[in-house]
Amino acid sequence: MIELIVEERCTDCGACIEVCPANVLEPGRAGLPVLARVEDCQTCFMCELYCRTDAIYVAPDCDRRVSVNKEQVVTSGRLGQYRKHSGWDEWAERFLNEQWLMETVFRRAGEAAAQARGGRPAAAKE
Amino acid sequence: MVSSSLEELSLTADVLIVGGGMAGAWAATSAAQAGAKVVLADKGYCGTSGVTAAAGPGHWWVPPDPSAARDAAVANRVAAGLGLGEAEWMYRILDQTWRTLPTLARYYKFAVDDEGRVNHRAVRGPEYMRALRQQVLGHGVTILDHSPVLELLARSDGSIGGARGLRRQDGGRSYRIEAGAVVLAAGGTSFLSHLLGSHTNTGDGYLMAAEAGAQMSGMEFTAAYTIAPAHSTMTRSMAYSFATYYDSDGQELDLPLGPDQTIRLARALQRGPVYCSLHRLPDDIKARLHTISPNVPLVFDRWGIDPYRDRFEVTLHNDGTIRGIGGVRVHDTDGATAVEGLFVAGDNASREKVAGAISGGGNVNSAWALSSGVFAGRAAARVARSAVRRTERLRPLGRAGLRPGGRPQTLDVAAIRSSVRAEMHPFDKNLFRTGPGLAASSRILDDLWRDVAEHGHAGTLALREAAALVATARWSVATAAARNESRGLHRREDCPAQDPGLAARLLSGGLDRIRVSLDRPSPATRPDQLEAAS
Repeated sequence: MIELIVEERCTDCGACIEVCPANVLEPGRAGLPVLARVEDCQTCFMCELYCRTDAIYVAPDCDRRVSVNKEQVVTSGRLGQYRKHSGWDEWAERFLNEQWLMETVFRRAGEAAAQARGGRPAAAKE
Repeated sequence: MVSSSLEELSLTADVLIVGGGMAGAWAATSAAQAGAKVVLADKGYCGTSGVTAAAGPGHWWVPPDPSAARDAAVANRVAAGLGLGEAEWMYRILDQTWRTLPTLARYYKFAVDDEGRVNHRAVRGPEYMRALRQQVLGHGVTILDHSPVLELLARSDGSIGGARGLRRQDGGRSYRIEAGAVVLAAGGTSFLSHLLGSHTNTGDGYLMAAEAGAQMSGMEFTAAYTIAPAHSTMTRSMAYSFATYYDSDGQELDLPLGPDQTIRLARALQRGPVYCSLHRLPDDIKARLHTISPNVPLVFDRWGIDPYRDRFEVTLHNDGTIRGIGGVRVHDTDGATAVEGLFVAGDNASREKVAGAISGGGNVNSAWALSSGVFAGRAAARVARSAVRRTERLRPLGRAGLRPGGRPQTLDVAAIRSSVRAEMHPFDKNLFRTGPGLAASSRILDDLWRDVAEHGHAGTLALREAAALVATARWSVATAAARNESRGLHRREDCPAQDPGLAARLLSGGLDRIRVSLDRPSPATRPDQLEAAS
């Protein structure tokens, strides 16, 4: 669930409030989005992707709250990691979308499984 | 009912699309291309809402040439579908997907593979939905974000003429849209499992369709499950095709890749925690995992887990009707329902005819979402154009949670949600089904429904979602109880064999009283094979 908005990075653009499909955030009085309904967060990481200043940290934990240390998160390099690896915005030339490899991986897995039991390839799903 | 000091917002459109995921966005595009004035209302944000946005759909993708390739793909799917699929429908969505998906190139940068070929089939969810939003806006469609639809509005002849909802980022302001036709593309439901991106998919479109008089089909096929690291939503399964599994003593489990792998994993999870290692993933894929599926490695990274060396705990999340296949019964690929002016698309519709009795997850369901969206948008535009416009009072159709049958009471929505999860997620209730188990679930869900229908009055989104979850769970359980056999995703421990007489689709419907019936019974079906379910 979303656990942190780093205020020094936040420009109060409102993008996270708008794109959150679960309506977790609200505009705050102090010019910073407020985590108004964290319990509604569906841990989809979309807010991170749309935050151009990499101010948001979503913990992977979807069924329990975890305490997050701001200094640790800021120095960990994990802020903005999803947006970077997705090749969004300024990262477009550095990180290409290789989603197309998915079917190759499934095919190779099927072949490896068939080899392991000396039979026919098995069906797989995404 | 919720009231707001703000005046109700009133809009008119030729076509109203309810839901802005993959199917809704394609429907809006196609209706607008057909010349309709279109409004699209999404509960969240068109572009991030729904299960496509957080995942990476690979469409069912077979080139038309040579035609033998499509014939083989369809024949394989018909056989795998165990009597519930229809070849004609499969050909239609293969064709529509092949012709339509490349047209998104203006908004989506299709990847080029290592051999320099453009790959259309596999797209990345966030970019795909961002592109679809741009396409929808480019066609002049009005998007209402954060505007959940609460109920449909009917004309005096029963046909659908609009919907009413609320603007949750505009002070809860009420809005109503009068439209010539409505396309429900509100998604399916995972019954609040942690399937990635599915938390707001609560079956609202099924409930609203049923209130309008539509039937469901295939609701027993809700027993698909997908692997994820325990405590996470990351149900992206690709890397697990090379997984090795262990029990809590560190003994390797015999869970080979294959059609019964999920069943074996569920049985192992019933015995105790299961751990996983991805060390067998080929090195060249390990090196590129973050550019194939960027959200997959970030979970491990944030937990300090090296998935290629460490063993991490895994779980299975219920796919409900999302990677399952039930939904509103459709009379044609254009998503026409039994109700005039009402169309359904994507997971809001039954996908039995294109997927059969097995999961359509990943490829067939994506091709269906795109194609049914395109077909439904076009058909709705046609209906709206030919509809005689006259000013008439529209009748609101919402019942449970809005207009109680009895004395209004305050209900504990969180408790209702927990109760639905408790019946629809456990393996011993929903995956390894038994007649007595289903009967017990049915009693609990019937009581929940009675509470919501008799007393629910708040008219909030949360209460309507709870009503939709309970209604959907009831259709699922009643249909599973009526199918006294095992077929595809539906597994009855007390009826493990397939019954040739039940190689047919099962319809369900009704709200206070659930009815299950055979869809066009085959000559081999005996009337006594289907026990009445209530």
